[in-house]
Amino acid sequence: MATTPARRGHGTAGALFIAPFMALFLLLFLAPLGYAAYLSLFQERLIGGSTFVGLDNYVTALKDPLLLKGIGRVALFFVIQVPVMLLLALVLALALDSGLLRLARVIRLGIFVPYAVPSVIAALMWGYLYGPDFGPFAQISHDLHLPAPHFLSDSWMLGSLANIVTWEFAGYNMIILYAALRTIPAELYEAAAMDGAGAWRIAWSIKLPALRPALTLTLLFSVIGSFQLFNEPNLLMKVAPDVIDSSYTANLYAYSVAFISQQTNYAATVSFILGLVIVIVSYAFLLTANRGRTS
Amino acid sequence: MSGPFASPSPSPLTRRGFLAATGALSLAATLTACGGDGGSTGGSSAKAVSQADIDKAMKTPTELTFWTWVPNIDKEVALFEKKYPAVKVKVVNAGQGTPQYTKLRTALKAGSGAPDMVQLEFQAIPTFTVTDSLLDLRPYGAAKLKSTFVDWTWGQVSGSGGEVWAIPQDTGPMGMLYRKDIFDKHGIEVPTTWDEFAAAARKLHKADPDVYLTNLAANQPAAWHGLLWQAGGKPYVTSGRSDITVSVDDAVSRKLGDYWGALAKEGVIGVEPDFTDGWYAALNKGKYATWLTGAWGPAFLSGSAKATAGKWRVAPLPQWDAAKPSAGNWGGSTTAVVRSTKNPVAAAVFAQFLNSDPASARMFATEQFFFPATKALLADSSFLGDAPAFYGGQKVNKVFAEISTEVDPSFQWPPFLDRVATDWTETVGKSLADKSDTVRALGSWQSRITTFAKSQGFTVKGG
Repeated sequence: MATTPARRGHGTAGALFIAPFMALFLLLFLAPLGYAAYLSLFQERLIGGSTFVGLDNYVTALKDPLLLKGIGRVALFFVIQVPVMLLLALVLALALDSGLLRLARVIRLGIFVPYAVPSVIAALMWGYLYGPDFGPFAQISHDLHLPAPHFLSDSWMLGSLANIVTWEFAGYNMIILYAALRTIPAELYEAAAMDGAGAWRIAWSIKLPALRPALTLTLLFSVIGSFQLFNEPNLLMKVAPDVIDSSYTANLYAYSVAFISQQTNYAATVSFILGLVIVIVSYAFLLTANRGRTS
Repeated sequence: MSGPFASPSPSPLTRRGFLAATGALSLAATLTACGGDGGSTGGSSAKAVSQADIDKAMKTPTELTFWTWVPNIDKEVALFEKKYPAVKVKVVNAGQGTPQYTKLRTALKAGSGAPDMVQLEFQAIPTFTVTDSLLDLRPYGAAKLKSTFVDWTWGQVSGSGGEVWAIPQDTGPMGMLYRKDIFDKHGIEVPTTWDEFAAAARKLHKADPDVYLTNLAANQPAAWHGLLWQAGGKPYVTSGRSDITVSVDDAVSRKLGDYWGALAKEGVIGVEPDFTDGWYAALNKGKYATWLTGAWGPAFLSGSAKATAGKWRVAPLPQWDAAKPSAGNWGGSTTAVVRSTKNPVAAAVFAQFLNSDPASARMFATEQFFFPATKALLADSSFLGDAPAFYGGQKVNKVFAEISTEVDPSFQWPPFLDRVATDWTETVGKSLADKSDTVRALGSWQSRITTFAKSQGFTVKGG
């Protein structure tokens, strides 16, 4: 425990430097979190007011079929959509990085543009494209005397949502991966070329390993995004109300509990459980990824 | 999906950093400043406020805030401000229907930011009285207006203890808009009973598989309630503050469920969501030969299906019992005063003036094309004589004015409308869309409502 004056001064300065962050962190992050946790321990009724119920809400939530089904659905969404999206982003990033594409800048921008489109607009646009009567796909199949594809039907809906989300976020993930590729030092490529490695070998043995941290990052974003799926189903609900109900995804359920049923306390509980699920899933992925690296 | 919350970092993520980040997103999405006591401040007794006090308040410079989605309502508000120059009214559009109610509820819970007056649909009133959020307007002279308004509209704004919770503004007694050209082409008489209507539905769809007699939108609980109202249903009966009888699965409801469920299952009517692009296109293209809608429908349709001008006519809804014609209501709204207002007198006078002053009430009919709630206008010859070309010169208002007299005044709404409406779409509406058993879906609806009501502390009877 060397406590020289110099070190102590250093500590104060450090504390001062992080003070603005800590203040905002406490005020805007920990305080609402704590308040939500506090709320989740109560139950407020239209008749009878608010009562302390301990962990009752959590017990109810863990047995709530609507919540479990919502979580199950986004888990399925995650398992199917995320690999497709990340693979697509990876292939695009490698293609751009290879330097073999013409108009690389234009292509890069074009793929990234959907991310810049607000997801509300994107969902509205896709809602029109998917339209069973008057959407372009329906019109084309009508002209070809084929049955119109039922993009908004019960069995297709999750796939249709996955398509929207992939369209929106593949470009975003591509940019992250592409940026990581650009940081690989040129010496590595030169060395590989000296050793006689071809383009595929370089991609496999140099680029992919170097992309690992970036891939982990995009995967984590995707875990969070998938489990919090909200905007797209919320907007498509208007065109397919019989398919997407108010508990279609876990996040949608939390919203409808809070604002339709006015059960703020239960909504806090549902949000906490959803947050917990995300933490567990993300942590599991992070552990797997890190173990892979050290071994 | 949420967007990014951090710029891509070159270093690998640390476990701790991301743990903090993930928690943040999931919670921020759904809840923030909810909860806590609203703290009702009004504390009004039923004691009448004297005319002197009212006069004094109306001469005191005051600013009132009014949440409403009615387009161009500034014109009616101007009439009020002209009569009471000391009172200024700030009109705010906080969304139409549910979005506005959500904002209002949040403001009430937060204890600040709520308006003085608010636009409320009839069906939303009990949802706000159960939380003590509205001001009883009786002490401000509202009881005197009873005879001004159509009886059933007064029934809708009256509380179980005789309170006057809001002043009616417009209404939507339900009728049938139909395509005369399509009816004529296939030799279909205008159906006057539901039996005739069902026969016509089968006949029409058989004659032309691209055309359906009507569309009962699977996402539209309001239309269902209007039809239930017409059929004589009493789905929700509240007594006192905490007792409610729920019967959305009784004989009347089952009759309705059986009827519409069968037509939907046979595929002779449409069930697509209404007020969507596809639905508008369908109306313009003549996919549906009728639209069962409220009295606001004719004006709405003439703006939304311009391609079909001159082809539509208007008739009452088909009847269950032709000897005893009855009607239901879909839509219409009121002006209510929020109990937390600091200017209850001025706000209450505003709510009354806006809707009962003859010039202001008439303006709603001529400017906004609202279907009136006052007896005077419904007997007014210039209003009744209106013969729009869109309906081939038929006197549309006259048809609906007669329908309005047949609306049952005792129909009640539940004190948790949003939940009931969502549950309808997810049970009954879904059964229509899926062509599954609608009568069974009524049972699920009933049990969902019952469970919710009990969890909210109500004593639930019936079933």
